[in-house]
Parts: sequence; C-alpha cells; structure tokens
Amino acid sequence: MPKRADLSHVMVIGSGPIVIGQACEFDYSGTQACRVLREEGLRVSLVNSNPATIMTDPEFADATYIEPITPEFVEKVIAAEAAAGYPVEALLATLGGQTALNTAVALHENGVLERYGVELIGADIDAIQRGEDRLKFKDVVRSVGAEVPRSAVCRSMEQVHEAVAELGLPVVIRPSFTMGGLGSGMAHTPSDLERMASLGLTESPVHEVLIEESVLGWKEYELELMRDHRDNVVVVCSIENIDAMGVHTGDSVTVAPAMTLTDREYQHMRDVGIAVLRKVGVDTGGCNIQFAVHPETGRLVVIEMNPRVSRSSALASKATGFPIAKIAAKLAIGYTLDEITNDITGETPASFEPTLDYVVVKVPRFAFEKFPGADPTLTTTMKSVGEAMALGRSFPEALGKALRSMETPSVGFWTRPDPPDASARSELEALRVPHDGRLYTAERALRLGATVTEVAQVSGFDPWFVDQIAALAELRVELVAAAELDEPLLRRAKRAGISDRQLAAVRGDLTEAGVRALRHRLGVRPVYKTVDTCAAEFAARTPYHYSAYENSADAETEVTEQRERPKVIILGSGPNRIGQGIEFDYSCVHAAIALRDAGYETVMVNCNPETVSTDYDTSDRLYFEPLTFEDVMEVVDAERTSGTVAGIIVQLGGQTPLGLAQRLADAGVPVVGTPPEAIHLAEDRGSFGAVLERAGLPAPAYGTATSFAEARKIADEIGYPVLVRPSYVLGGRGMEIVYDEETLAGYIARATEVTPEHPVLVDRFLDDAIEIDVDALCDGDEVYLGGIMEHIEEAGVHSGDSSCALPPIALGESDLATVRSSTEAIARGVGVRGLLNVQYALKDDVLYVLEANPRASRTAPFVSKATAVPLAKAAARIMLGASIAELRAEGMLPPRGDGGDLPADAPVAVKEAVLPFHRFRTPEGHGVDSLLGPEMKSTGEVMGIDAAFGQAFAKSQAAAYGSLPTSGRVFVSVANRDKRAMVFPVKRLADLGFEVLATSGTANTLRRNGIPCTVVRKHFEGPDNVVDLINAGGVDMIINTPYGNRGPRVDGYEIRTAAVSRDIPCVTTVQGAAAAVQGIEALIRGDITVRPLQVLHAALRGARQGPDRPETG
Amino acid sequence: MLVLEDGTALTGESYGAVGQTLGEAVFATGMTGYQETLTDPSYRRQIVVQTAPHIGNTGWNDEDDESDRIWVAGYVVRDPARLASNWRSRRRLDEELTRQGVVGICGVDTRAVTRRLRERGSMRAGVFSGPALAGRAELLDRVLASPPMAGADLVGEVTVAQPYVVPAATPARFRVAALDLGIKSNTPRMLAARGIETHVLPATTTLEQLLALAPDGVFLSNGPGDPATADRAVELTRQVLTRGLPLFGICFGNQILGRALGRGTYKMRYGHRGLNIPVIEHATGRVAITSQNHGFAVDGEPGARFDSDFGAAVVSHSCPNDGTVEGLTCLDVPAFSVQYHPEAAAGPHDAATLFDRFCDLMAAGAPTPAGRDH
Ligand SMILES: Nc1ncnc2c1ncn2[C@@H]1O[C@H](COP(=O)(O)OP(=O)(O)O)[C@@H](O)[C@H]1O
Ligand SMILES: Nc1ncnc2c1ncn2[C@@H]1O[C@H](COP(=O)(O)OP(=O)(O)O)[C@@H](O)[C@H]1O
Ligand SMILES: [Mg+2]
Ligand SMILES: [Mg+2]
Repeated sequence: MPKRADLSHVMVIGSGPIVIGQACEFDYSGTQACRVLREEGLRVSLVNSNPATIMTDPEFADATYIEPITPEFVEKVIAAEAAAGYPVEALLATLGGQTALNTAVALHENGVLERYGVELIGADIDAIQRGEDRLKFKDVVRSVGAEVPRSAVCRSMEQVHEAVAELGLPVVIRPSFTMGGLGSGMAHTPSDLERMASLGLTESPVHEVLIEESVLGWKEYELELMRDHRDNVVVVCSIENIDAMGVHTGDSVTVAPAMTLTDREYQHMRDVGIAVLRKVGVDTGGCNIQFAVHPETGRLVVIEMNPRVSRSSALASKATGFPIAKIAAKLAIGYTLDEITNDITGETPASFEPTLDYVVVKVPRFAFEKFPGADPTLTTTMKSVGEAMALGRSFPEALGKALRSMETPSVGFWTRPDPPDASARSELEALRVPHDGRLYTAERALRLGATVTEVAQVSGFDPWFVDQIAALAELRVELVAAAELDEPLLRRAKRAGISDRQLAAVRGDLTEAGVRALRHRLGVRPVYKTVDTCAAEFAARTPYHYSAYENSADAETEVTEQRERPKVIILGSGPNRIGQGIEFDYSCVHAAIALRDAGYETVMVNCNPETVSTDYDTSDRLYFEPLTFEDVMEVVDAERTSGTVAGIIVQLGGQTPLGLAQRLADAGVPVVGTPPEAIHLAEDRGSFGAVLERAGLPAPAYGTATSFAEARKIADEIGYPVLVRPSYVLGGRGMEIVYDEETLAGYIARATEVTPEHPVLVDRFLDDAIEIDVDALCDGDEVYLGGIMEHIEEAGVHSGDSSCALPPIALGESDLATVRSSTEAIARGVGVRGLLNVQYALKDDVLYVLEANPRASRTAPFVSKATAVPLAKAAARIMLGASIAELRAEGMLPPRGDGGDLPADAPVAVKEAVLPFHRFRTPEGHGVDSLLGPEMKSTGEVMGIDAAFGQAFAKSQAAAYGSLPTSGRVFVSVANRDKRAMVFPVKRLADLGFEVLATSGTANTLRRNGIPCTVVRKHFEGPDNVVDLINAGGVDMIINTPYGNRGPRVDGYEIRTAAVSRDIPCVTTVQGAAAAVQGIEALIRGDITVRPLQVLHAALRGARQGPDRPETG
Repeated sequence: MLVLEDGTALTGESYGAVGQTLGEAVFATGMTGYQETLTDPSYRRQIVVQTAPHIGNTGWNDEDDESDRIWVAGYVVRDPARLASNWRSRRRLDEELTRQGVVGICGVDTRAVTRRLRERGSMRAGVFSGPALAGRAELLDRVLASPPMAGADLVGEVTVAQPYVVPAATPARFRVAALDLGIKSNTPRMLAARGIETHVLPATTTLEQLLALAPDGVFLSNGPGDPATADRAVELTRQVLTRGLPLFGICFGNQILGRALGRGTYKMRYGHRGLNIPVIEHATGRVAITSQNHGFAVDGEPGARFDSDFGAAVVSHSCPNDGTVEGLTCLDVPAFSVQYHPEAAAGPHDAATLFDRFCDLMAAGAPTPAGRDH
C-alpha cells in the first residue's frame, strides 16, 4: 500500500534541549523525518525549542516553531497553523524522544488533538500507554507467554512497603514516564528504599513508581525492531551490553551485534520481541525492547520497551546503515517495508534484516569531574553526557577505537600509569562496583594476575568479553618483550585495535611518531571497509567507511576513486560532553551542505553516533573514525590516493579538531581557514596578550604560575578575587574564583598537573561585570559581526551556562561601537579566516577582552537562527577562499549591514542553558549544588524568540524548566551586596500580587522599602525552615544569591538543591531576577504568541532591504 | 592457505583439522547459528565462508546439531573464539572441528573473499594446511582438478541407509513419508510438534515402499547438489502427485516439485545463504524474513501462473532482492513447496506456519487455493 492520500500536513515534535538521556540522537531522527515527509510533498510544521539542532533550520520544515515543547505552546502552534489556513492533520511524536511522546499524551488527554482533529500517527495513544505504562506493559508481555521481573506499581509509600515485603530487597525503583531512568535506582537497604521511592514518586509526572524484582547481574540485551501497517516486522539490530543488568544501557559499554547468544537463544528473543511489538500495537515505526538473560540458565525476561525511536535506534542506524528514523517516517505515512528501497544497496527493499561482518562498540562519556560530590557509581539512572561509537573487523579493534575516541585522559589501555598500589586483589574489588572505565580496571586486574573467571565473576561481564581483554594483556607481554617490532607482531597489534600511541607507551624505545614511521615503512596500513547492511552480499552505493587492519599488505580497500571534484575533509567534534555538544555538529553539517553546493566533494570524519554529521547522506563520504592524529592522517592518506584533497577543516568541530591543527599542518595537510599559527596566537595566553596590547585593548590583569609561590605573588599584585584555571581548556574545566590565599593554596594543591608545560593562569576576577559574547566572520580583511549577545548573568557565570539576549537589550551605542571595533581588531590581529568568537566583560565602562576562540562557537547556531544568517555555511566558504563581499553578492550574507546592527524592530532572542543538577546525587543521596560559576555545567540550551525581551525570556524559561509562576509565593534571600539591587524587582513582584517570603536580613531591607513580607527560618534555624517549606511545595519561585565564598558548603546550598529537586525556578543573580520579573509580567499580560522562524526571517530580511539602513564599516 | 578457482590465494592460520579439503566455496551471512550451519547436510561438499567476524563464541553444545555430523567440506572464518561462553556449551568449536576432521582456516579477510564470490560467483576452492601445503600453482591445480557443483549428485552421499520413524510429540494426527535428500533434524521435530509421525525414508525409496506406509502426506526435504541430477526423486514426486497425495517440499524439495511440474532449474551466481532473506507471499503481499541455503533455483517469474501435467500452479513466493522463485503452489493437486527453510535452524521463525498449512492440506486431503496460510 503506497503513501496515504489523505495526509497533506504533518506536525513533528522535537525533543527540546540536550539533557542527559535525551541528546542529539533526536535531532538526527527528527531531521530525517522532516526531510522524508517533505520529499513526499507533505507540509511539515515543526516544534522544537532547541536552536542548536539541524532540524530547526528553516530549510527542513515549512513552518519551524522554535517554541517551548509544552502542551500550552504546542496547542498555540496548532491553532496558529489552522489560523494561517494550514490545519494540522497528523502529529508524528515518535521521533522526538520521551519529551515529544509525553507532550502528545498530554495533548490527547487535554482534548486538544480531538478539538483540532489531529490524528496521532506512528503509535496511537493506547499503544503508547501499553508500551510506556510499566504495568500495562508487563501484562502485555505475560499475555504473549513471556516473562517479566515480578513487580508492583505504587502510588504511595505504604504501597511501596507492602510491595517490598513481598519482593524482598534489593529492588529496582522506577518512576513511570521519566526518561533516561530519571529518579530510578536500586534500593539495597530500607533507608535507600525510603529515599529513592519518595523521590521517585515526586519525579514521576504521574506520581507513580514501579517496585521491581531485581535481576541484577543478568546479561542485558536490546533489539531494535520496525513494523509496518501490514504487520511486516524486521529486527534491525541486536545490541549486547557488556555491563550487566543494573547499569543503564545508556551508561553501559554496548556491542552490536550480540556476541554471546546461540541462534536458539537469539531467535527466542526475536520471537518474544516481535510478539510483544504486535501486542503493544505500535502501528508503524521503530521500537526498542530490552531483555535480561540469566547467564547460567538462559532464562529470559523482558525489561522494557520504548514505543518510539530511541537513543539505541540511533546507535543501531549508524551501526547497521539501516536508517530507522527515515524509514519510520515513511511507514507512518502509509508505506510498507517492501515498498521502500534500501538506500545503501539501491536495489534491495527495506524489508530485510541487516547482517554485519564487523563489530560495533559504543562507549559512554561521563562528566563527573564537573559535579564535585556527585556519586560516580553507575546505576539504573543514566548519568553519561555523550557517547562514541567505533567499528572494527573484530571486537578488540572496535573497542580500541572506541576507547581512544573518548578524549579522556586515558586514550586506550596502557596510556596512563597504573595507580601506584594497584594489585589483582584491589582491582577485583573495584570491579564489583560499576564505574566509568571499568574495562580499564578489568584489563589491569587481568594483567596483574587475576583469571578470566575471577574477573567475569566480580564484574558480571560475559567471560567471552573478558577473554578478549585477556588476549590484549597477553599481547602486551609480547610487545614489551620483543627485541624490536617486526611486521607480523606490529600487524597483530594493529589488528587488535592498538594505537601507535599505545604502542609507544608500552615500548619505551619509540615515540608515537616513531611507531608511525616504522608502521609505514613495514607497510602496516589500515584498509577501509564499507557499512553495507548485508555483509557484502550486494554492492553498496553509499561510501560509509571504517578502517580495519587485515593480515596482508595488499588487503582489499573499498575507497573508490574520485578525481573530478576537489575534496574537503571536515573533522567532527567526537562524543558529546559538557562544553562541546551538538552546536559543533551543527556547524560541521552546515559546512558539508554549503561546500557540496559549492562543488566540492565533502568527506566527514566523526565518531559520534547520535549526530546528523554521521548520517551517511549528510556528506559525500563518511568515515566513522576516532578523531586522533593517527586515525585522521590515515583517512587523509586514503582520500589523497583516491583523489585530490583541497583542504581539511578543523575549525567547526570545537576544541577536538582544533587541537590537531598544528600536527596536521606539520604533516603537510592543507589546513584551510585560520592557520595553525593564528590559532596559537589566540589560544596561547602570552601571544594573545601581545595581540591585545598591539591593538590597545584592555584585558584583565593576569599572570602564569607553575607553583603556589608564583601564584600567590601574582594574586597579591593584581588583588583578590582572582580566577584560576589550567591553560588550554574548553568549557572552563578546573576554573575557580578564589577570594583568598588559603583557597588559592588549596586549588594549586588540587590541580595536580601544574608543571611548566601545564601552567596555571591567574586572572583578576572582574566582579559585577556584564559579559558579552560575539560571533564574527573574517575573510582576512572584512569583518562581519554575526551577533552580539548580552549575558543576563554577570561575568563569572560561564558563557555556556548563562542566558543571553540578542540583540543586546541594555548596551549603549558607544559600548556596541567598542565591541565592534575591538572584535575587528582581534580578528585582524589574530589573522582569522572563518569564524571567531570573542568574550568580553564590561565593567565600569571599560570593555575587557576575556578570550577569543578562533573557531565556531557554541552560539553559532543560536546567532544564525536569531539573525537569519547561516554563519557556519559562510565560514566554510570563507575558509575555502570566498570573500565576505562575494558571499554578500551571492545572498548567503545580507547585502549590507550585519548582526551587530540589527533593524530596530528585529525580534529578541533569548538563549537559556539547561543544567543537569537533578540527575546527580551525592553518595548519601543529597542533591548537588546548583550554583553557577566559571566552570561550565550545562548540557544544552533552548531559545525563546519573540517581539520583546519579556516574552522571549518567559519562553526560554518555559522551554528550559517549565513556566515561570504568575502568582503564589516567592522566597527571597540575597547576599548583602545584592540587597539594594534586589529591592526593585522584588517590589514589582509584590505589586504583581506575589506573597514575599524572606530570611530575616533580607526581610529587614525589604520592609524598610515598604515591601510586605513574611520571615522564614533559615535551614539551620530549626524546624519549619525554608527548606522544609520548599520540599512541602510551599514556594513557587526562589531568588537566592550566594553569600561569601563559593564551594559546596556555601550558605543557601540546601535552598538551591531543594529548589532543584522540586523543579521550581531558582534565580541566583540580581540580573536574573530582573529578567524573571519581565518574563512574569509578559505572562500575566498574556501577549505571548508563536511565529514560525520562516516568517520572522522574512521580516528581518525585509527590514534589512529597507532604504534607510546605514552602511556599516 | 585458501585457494580459489580463479587463482586468488589467501594465507591465514589453520583452524580445526590440519590437512587438505576441496569443495565449492560459498559464503553464509548468518550472524548466529554456526553449529546448525555446520551440521546442515545441504552444505555437503561446500567450503563455507562465514561473514560474521567472530565465530565459536558460544562453543559447541549437544542439542543444536541439525544432523549427526558436520557436513561442510571446509570452514573459513576470521576471528575464532579462544574461549566458549554459553551455559549450554560442552566444548570449543575448534575442538569439535578437529574431532570430526574438518579442515578450516582463520584470520583471512572473509569480506574480501565474499566480495570476490559475489562478483565472480561461487567457485571451487581448497583449504590447505600442514603437510598438504605446496606451491600456489600446485594447489591451484588440485582445486581445478576437483569436480564442480553443477551436475553433482550428492543426495546418495547424505541420505539415510535405513528408514527410521520420528514419533509425534502430541497425539498422532497424521503419518508423513519424508524423503531424505539431506533432511535436517529440526524438520521432523517441527512435524512431530504438530502431531505428525514422520517416517524418514532413503532417497532410493520406491513408490510401492512409500505407499506401503499408507501416509497422509509426503514431504520432500532439503539437500545438497544439483537438482538437475535428481531424476529419481522427480519421478517419485510425479507419481505422488498423480495419486493426489498431499505433498510439501522445502529447499531441494522445492526444486524437485518444480521439475515434477515441468520447470527447469539453474545454478545461481552465488546463491542465498543467510538468515535475513525477505520472501514475499504473493497471495497476501506479506513479507517473511527467512533462513535460506540454496545455490540452485527454479525457473519462473514472481507470481506467475503456469500449467503443468498436474493442472495449474503458481509461483506463490519470491525474493524481492532478486526475484528468485521461493515457493510453488499447485492449484489442482494438494501440493506446495518453498525454497527457504521454514524449520529455520538456524534462523528466524517467521515461516513456521507453513507446517500448519501442510497439516491443513492433509486434513482436507484436497487442493488448496494459493496462500491459504495465515
Ligand atoms: N529488574 C531489574 N533488575 C536489575 N536491573 C534492572 C532492572 N530493570 C532495569 N534494570 C537496569 O536499569 C536500566 C534502566 O532501566 P529501563 O527499564 O531500561 O529504564 P529506562 O526507561 O531508563 O531505559 C536498565 O538498562 C537495566 O540495566
Ligand atoms: N577575568 C574574569 N573576570 C570575570 N569573569 C571571568 C573572567 N575570565 C573568565 N570569566 C568567566 O569565566 C567564563 C569562562 O572563561 P573563558 O575564558 O570563556 O573560558 P572557556 O574557554 O571555558 O570559555 C567566562 O564565560 C566568564 O563568565
Ligand atoms: Mg532502557
Ligand atoms: Mg568562553
């Protein structure tokens, strides 16, 4: 049955900001869906609050609403579309993660879908509920004769106790309808139980938890399935978790295809999976089912199903080449699997099951270093912030590549010294508790004498995997012992996935470069195989490659010749982590699109399976490879032998590729755009200081210290507070604001790597300064200001964590002029060709330069969307020689003017960061401090765009946290220095009818200013204190600025963490309070409307064409 | 060393028994089920190249054999397991290969070999290790001296010597005479589960011997070799059809029925050997993911009706990948067959209902319209 004739307008809901458990995989799936639906001639309207996504580019939908994904706003959108004459006929919510699914359910329950006659396609409500409601789901599973862990659903602590009385501890606690296992966990003791169950009840949107029998330590598997409306079902991929049950799949090292199942066991799993899928009744599309298998008896239980495209679906798509999201979208509009052709072979239909002749390994990326105090134990709640995937012809090869893709201090086994006191016993002990890098621990244990059985025993890893690692440990012995690395031994090492760097580490006698030279001399080079969905049974048309070492020098490589068009290699950004996320993938994808249009053959290198950049049709060629010098160089050589490489782009993928610039250039690779020397000028504090000096631009006084003595001397000169940090970091890692010598000493002591190579920078900290972010383009001569962003929080809160407004809302003409001239001076002084990001701090009318990043910034997509100019595309063109003038002529950039002088009536866009605090707990189960600082902690961001700041800010808050309150109680407690500034906003809130609660000190100030308020006890002042009040739900908003020094024990810590766990707005800066007031006013006025990006952009362009626009120089 | 008919030679390490083996090199794309594959009689005289990179992970157990021995002539894998990990495993795969004297090779680039076989078609090949090793030219001569698969009559080599009975697992409803052309143990198992008492008979069985059992139906099994050589089985089938006895055939059996209905068979370029092969049932348009293992196929167009000595028949199933005939159904006599493996060991169970359809035929004892199942 071909496409449904009765559909002409489909609405797609995205997944909103990147948060733990819901990352850019849903940009990948949503983007594919939008593409497909439009190719099919349907009108697509899209709602997604995340500006950093490709799917929210205006080209990908007919009407793109960058609006909060809440039932209220989605309803506004449905209404707006209807009013515009395009009634929404169907809603596709199965490609936007849990957020989209939950919103769809809400819209059904509040009758909106019915009212507007919108049909849910993909999965209907009943199917969604049979799949998502854990109890209904268990009945489904039992009804097809399969098993589930015993369990009981509880809506109160009483019920919880009854359940546990029957099941016995340990039990798993799982709140219903949360994503990424939020609030779930394993309760071993009664006290665990109390804490987790009550938390779970609050975190579940339906206040319901499931208490479940533990199957801890069983093997965990996942199947990705697809079904069409004619009931054809295929299993796209099987995934085996190396970490046994008890560690969230998102936090587990996983392998595809399953490695340790016999056909009987696999087919049984497949039968159960298909039966469950049919019974749940997911009409069409993809779904993910998780299983647990008892290692000694093979007993199989079904854990859960996601009746939608999931993180694992993204992984499965990249692992097999089977584009699940794309096909799900086609199935949703009526096609059947056999009517869809498999893009990769171009001849065979999609009604088949991919078969792999390689092994795929996914390794999660964590960010515990960002959340001091957070419990790093891996549990049933997902904690990882990203992941890398690698393909190899064997498990060890894929594992080695995956480990070195992580960009952690260890880049594969043996690259860091063992802990001094490590012994087989100590490592075996450590293996019992799931933690990040447990495979490293396993290798150490084996190397130090533990047996495969022992390691499998304590870790729960299947012995087969342990033996694979044992083989590596054995190989290491040979590598160390060998008099010299001869060809056979070197080849074996490479086939086992060992990098040149690892070889150098085990062989004292060679550097990485030495190993590389030797390897090339001996002709030990990788070949490139193709991901073709069919183990070579049919010819593949899509050049989706991965490297592998085979056992002879003349092994077959599958890279095809292409000599007509020059090639451009784009280096991606690797696994998502805090400070380097989807924004960089966005820029890489834009480069690929722009350069393909400009006639180049684009070649993408990346290792992040969640992204759009690793879709096989984003670039002309895709290499799924680690972003290390070794792996990138081999790709470059492969591409050089198959054609001509015009250049390699390192500027768009963030710090990862940027860090390779110099070495690539030294190796004779044409690095296009800002040259490595210039990059160094900007990144090296000393040389950058010189650049500023020459341009006569002020910067905070600073010094570089390699010891505490030096640091103290500098601090004394420039005066406290000072900002200390290691040099060369992204996302402000290890940055602290230090108010006194003692704390300084502490910092230096903690900052282990203080050496002449890794000095510590000591800056004067600019208190109460306004931070300004600028993105600009420079072609070597002309400078184009992409946008000027005024931060709402003061400098000291990392640019990635603070909200900001574009155009700036409070900066004066003269300030803006200075920003422009300074940015131009820096761009020219550094010698930028492409994108430049500069951060300034404005204090006492002096504009200090904080830093310049000679690369695409986190804000590039936000600015592009707010100003209707594709900055990353322009940057890519500039890097390959186009001038800004040419791009203006082409129409890629506006004919005149730039983002620094937007039309007076331009809409205001507000960016708000989304923070993951509520995901982390201390080992005792307390929340972690939600205080913002110079260290970046946010995982993602949202954009609110509207006519004026108030509405835009309100939207950004609604999108990030849930709406600001319009009435109720606001609790105020601020540091002395803020008391004065706080009077005005708080008065306004009182006038708007809020009841003001305050701590005694604050209350006095407020009263004296005629603001009625109630005094509440501080948390340490005994019972009925503010924390109790918050936990009891008696507070709707909190304004709390930190007193005195930073650190987890700061006053107000309990207040803020309580706010986080209750999910109520908590403002920690004066400026934030003022912004909140404006937002609340807007909400009360109720003049918040929704407008598609296409309309906003058209208006902007129109205004730009306007006759009386001044030329800008 | 692995040597292909076209001169390709790859070196690896010896795996399983040491020595020499000759046969037709074919690739199998299943990611699971190597034990079932190795013991499938249809692989007689074939050197199987496994595309899945890791082989042997779950070792060798005493339950999953599809016959009483390993039939493949040789085994080519990339990464053999050093350790067998599965609760049912009794020994390592390489131990079993050695025990049964199966010569294998590991460490070779199986993907490159597969691509070669895809482009040039299945070829004669040889695996040589230890004393059997010699110069390339010498080894190639040995390969070229070996008999080709086309025209090979291998049924005699795999069929049972003496008839045996597999009793019904549930109260017996039917008795089936199963002609063993290389039958897999899961077939009688599937029949037994449906209340069928299966008499497995040698390929040489005569019509009289067969009728003497007064069977409710006749089953034609899978098997190795070139169907063009199986005249005997074809003749027997024609007699069965004349008598209107319900008949069901799979794989080789499908080719036999095809020939009995007057169709020709041909050798495919590289055949279908995997667990992921889609088959469309034309009557319903539904797709089943099937387990397959055949290098020969019946002439015909997807969905085409044709006349035979036994009335009208149709090509009821075909493979959307390449249009190969995957099933035949007689419209005037109670007979049908499929080219794939509904008994699916190894492989997906999507097509198991075909056995029920066979039961329906025997219950009705009458002709069926195409595609009466599900
Ligand atoms: N009954 C159980 N016993 C032990 N571990 C479990 C159990 N159920 C789930 N888990 C673990 O918790 C993780 C998350 O559970 P899951 O049901 O997948 O929730 P989510 O919706 O977060 O994916 C699983 O990946 C598994 O490792
Ligand atoms: N001298 C300073 N005074 C006040 N705040 C500063 C100063 N230097 C940096 N910051 C704050 O720290 C944050 C991170 O510093 P930055 O130099 O941008 O490092 P990163 O490379 O992590 O972006 C900035 O966004 C700013 O808020
Ligand atoms: Mg899960
Ligand atoms: Mg910065």
